[in-house]
Amino acid sequence: MTFFEYFQLLFTDYTLRTITLGTAVLGAICGMLGSFAVLRKQSLLGDAISHAALPGIAIAFLITGAKDSNVLLLGALISGLIGTFWIRGMTSKTHLKSDTALGLVLSLFFGFGMLLLTFIQKQPNANQAGLDKYLFGQAATLLEKDVAVMVLVTGISLFILLLFWKEFKILLFDADYATTLGFNTKFIDILITFFIVLAIVLGLQTVGVVLMSAMLLAPAAAARQWTNSLAVMVFLAAVFGASSGVIGTAISASQDNLSTGPVIVLVAGVFVLFSFIFSPGRGVLFREIRFRKNRADLKLKKTLQFMYGIAKTHDDFAHPHAIRILNHFQGYTKNSLSALEEKEWVEIKGQKWSLTQKGFREAKDLYNQQPIND
Amino acid sequence: METKFAVKIDDLTVAYDYKPVLWDIDLAIPEGVLMAIVGPNGAGKSTLIKAILGIIKPIAGSVSIYDQPYEKQRKLVAYVPQKGTVDWDFPTTALDVVMMGTYGDLGWIKRPGQKEKKASLEALEKVGMLSFKNRQISQLSGGQQQRVFLARALVQNASIYFMDEPFQGVDASTEIAIINILKELRKAGKTLIVVHHDLQTVPEYFDWVTFLNVKKIATGPVKEIFNDDNLTKTYGINYKVAINK
Repeated sequence: MTFFEYFQLLFTDYTLRTITLGTAVLGAICGMLGSFAVLRKQSLLGDAISHAALPGIAIAFLITGAKDSNVLLLGALISGLIGTFWIRGMTSKTHLKSDTALGLVLSLFFGFGMLLLTFIQKQPNANQAGLDKYLFGQAATLLEKDVAVMVLVTGISLFILLLFWKEFKILLFDADYATTLGFNTKFIDILITFFIVLAIVLGLQTVGVVLMSAMLLAPAAAARQWTNSLAVMVFLAAVFGASSGVIGTAISASQDNLSTGPVIVLVAGVFVLFSFIFSPGRGVLFREIRFRKNRADLKLKKTLQFMYGIAKTHDDFAHPHAIRILNHFQGYTKNSLSALEEKEWVEIKGQKWSLTQKGFREAKDLYNQQPIND
Repeated sequence: METKFAVKIDDLTVAYDYKPVLWDIDLAIPEGVLMAIVGPNGAGKSTLIKAILGIIKPIAGSVSIYDQPYEKQRKLVAYVPQKGTVDWDFPTTALDVVMMGTYGDLGWIKRPGQKEKKASLEALEKVGMLSFKNRQISQLSGGQQQRVFLARALVQNASIYFMDEPFQGVDASTEIAIINILKELRKAGKTLIVVHHDLQTVPEYFDWVTFLNVKKIATGPVKEIFNDDNLTKTYGINYKVAINK
């Protein structure tokens, strides 16, 4: 199946449509909430939570014996939340820093989860197969009801996000200040963390425990490059996330033996890479171009300054001088002279140059530029 | 005439683990003063403000604002945190940050509207930052960021202002601009409590001072108590400072 055939199939094939819709919605919610995780500098929290969810899945299976994804994800949600509260408790009650707490919870919960998974695998029960799909995810197992849950949860998070937008924003920027204004920052914090955990759990079936944090971080990191507005960033992250989901699903569906989760994550990675290089404000490429341009500008202004020093000694600043003076002291004047002429800072007549009114003023103000006040 | 107290602190004690950061502080701040809190590093100056404002929970003590518990009087109080406590790369504009000052009055869920925007623009104008209203905050200089923080407190339209080192890392012109605004606020009858590091400027800028070093050393009018004796008690060395008398 080619890429094009895939998009044709999308409108006719029921399974494909379900999976595409699922990964798109998942990408959107992860991008949206991931923005908050990134801005709170809690990027690694997602990784810890997703790993912490694994024992919950195993225990839910052991208790119910069923492989209904919603039951298993409920288990994941509970153990993810327990992991989160352990992290919070460790950082606030002990001297451990948050990276240590995150690392501990991640590996302890994941280790315990793996232990349970192997235990389940050894059980003489035909039903046990397939739990390991939560490790790396398997989009193909998405059912319509799974996607319905995703859409519902995304809708609720969007609603909560819009409702508490102002509170989320002030918590992210300046939590202490929010406290003095009378906001219950603990409540806002728990609310936002809860929804981040929810988004992670939602993605476990599709992307898996191991790669889930990338879904949360990549679209947000890419979106941050393009804007200086929180609202636009959250929106863009949702769009990038959804696009990664759709494109990733399309690529993996049009090739054999490409599992969807990793492909989606890689597509999201491409978004990040592209944004890091090509975004106009913060991208590496344009920064380098600006840097070089500024350097060239500065060199030009230095020459102008030198010319100004000569012109200043005459009553008439436009008094022509021989180009040879410049050659002697400055060297490399040919290019800079034509660049200066292009900016209408100097006039060249034969072997002589003279400052223009504009150039005179530019040179005079060069060192008088006040650090911007009022 | 009986003095009216804007802030009264009783037996305030704050500790991290077993180490007391503030020990049994009693402090009454009269209405309408421009007060400096001075003391060495680690004296608990910022902690005192944070404990008063409920950001840090004290292990003992109480704070009242105009004879009512602080929790009931939040709207009378504005806060200017240290500039370094927030991430200035946060995706937002100067105006947006100032607007946050209106959030307290708005309460939960309600969004700022035209009225709040107008008040924020006025506050930006007061601190001379109106032309930067749409500037991304990471592109502001340190002094400009401090002015934005000041504007955010101004928009709260409070009676009492707590400021944590508002002169830290700002240039001379910003320092003058800020102190002029503070003096203007005092003239309007507001009470200002400022954590301050530069002892040289205390007599010039402030009319009230509190010496703090875990314990309260002294508090009162600058003219009466800003002397070598109190400085030595606070800083532990024989501190000589040129006081403009």
